[in-house]
Amino acid sequence: MKTVGLSAILIVGILLVYGTLDFPDWGDPSSPANRYVSQDYIENALHDISVPNMVTAILADYRGYDTLFETVVIFTASLVCFFILRTKRKAPEARFYRHIPTGITLKIEKGGRLPEGSFEFERIDSIWIPHDLIVRTGCRMVVPFVQLFALYVVAHGHISPGGGFQGGVIFGAAFILYALSHDLREGLSRFNEKTAILLCSTGVFIYAGVGVLCMLLGKNFLDYGALASLLGVESALARSHGILAVEIGVGISVMAVMVSIYYNLSSAGKQDEGL
Amino acid sequence: MSWELDILILTLVMVCGIGAVTVKDLLGASILFGAYSFMMCLLWAIMGAVDVSFTEASVGAGISTVLFVSAIFRTTRKTSD
Amino acid sequence: MDDLISLIVARYNYWVYIVLMMIGFYAMIVKRNLIKKIIGMGIFQTAIILFFISIGAKRGSTIPILIESHPGKEFVVHAADYINPLPHVLMLTAIVVSVATLGVALSLAVRIYQKYDTLEENIIHEKTMKVHSKKRG
Repeated sequence: MKTVGLSAILIVGILLVYGTLDFPDWGDPSSPANRYVSQDYIENALHDISVPNMVTAILADYRGYDTLFETVVIFTASLVCFFILRTKRKAPEARFYRHIPTGITLKIEKGGRLPEGSFEFERIDSIWIPHDLIVRTGCRMVVPFVQLFALYVVAHGHISPGGGFQGGVIFGAAFILYALSHDLREGLSRFNEKTAILLCSTGVFIYAGVGVLCMLLGKNFLDYGALASLLGVESALARSHGILAVEIGVGISVMAVMVSIYYNLSSAGKQDEGL
Repeated sequence: MSWELDILILTLVMVCGIGAVTVKDLLGASILFGAYSFMMCLLWAIMGAVDVSFTEASVGAGISTVLFVSAIFRTTRKTSD
Repeated sequence: MDDLISLIVARYNYWVYIVLMMIGFYAMIVKRNLIKKIIGMGIFQTAIILFFISIGAKRGSTIPILIESHPGKEFVVHAADYINPLPHVLMLTAIVVSVATLGVALSLAVRIYQKYDTLEENIIHEKTMKVHSKKRG
């Protein structure tokens, strides 16, 4: 197997190196990739859309159709993880409880169960790590600032590097941090699985909904200039607001997808005990 | 930017890549993969692709490493290969 | 000889990216463990994204965010001052798709482990062959 692998990569590598002999030099401003369409985009972005960040302008306006289907792809990935891994929650063979004042752990076999919400006993995982006070308190203080930064990245995507996708990932990472430092069950009680999957589809719905709204107002699908009559501003500013609405949709969807994939993967489908 | 910085980071990228593939402990391999993602993010920031570098820093060095570690937690950590 | 040196200086970046791609490709073919194959896939994907980004780089230009956001009437944008933003947009979609694929691949690996109790590809192959021959004969 190793000789097959080595010979395959040598053949493919030499073919690729032979192909690079025709390439333009690295960093050449007049190479074919840097002329034609991208020159038009750079020169007209501020005039047509009034958004200084050219990457966001191309992503959400000139090539907005691609971004709609990218959001659908990541929504489909969260559904696939759900279908592959999620199993029914069977009653576990043994539950473990810990008496908080003295630190004694109990193991209760099948059938027995302590009442929920009792103050002296807490439920622990079968692979129990002592919950550290410093880690819990530190992460609890950091999580709101991470979420605030994520909202800033989504809202400021026009002017600085950022945008819907980056802000959504950071927001999802804040929830994953909470579920990691505390228990998975506590994370589930704050942001449960049904809300996560509902928010995934809401994000895609917002994106497609803005496109259909533009179509109902008389222009093409995802042509944000049609929003000028609805909002009462000129066409370039209306396109900028259309980009903001679409980025919010992408951010919501990506956040819910990241959290849902983490819940399914870290508990192998049962959503009972986690990392 | 200067070509010396370019060559230094490219060498680090190759070392991290070869290390992630060769190490026998799966947890170490996933952490090295996270380091490889972060070195790539620096390389793109040098080349001027700030949006792509931001995305790779949050996705590759953040979410991707967490997903690998939770998958290894649910399967096995040793490998003989 | 001079020609060869100038050729190497102009093109060495592309050759380093090809070496990175081949490291990922080798890991996907040769390694027996499923998680190592997934790591190889990740290395291959990021190396291709690096190759695309390097096509759009221009010498002596700045990042693709316009300098003036509320310009006067005579403000003209020169395309040679800014790095080409189009490969960046395509590669943002590629990174999103790569994390989606990673999530699905890891879910499949966890499910395979639940059923066969191992992640080595040759042992899984033996077990499926045994079940297959039992069903036949």
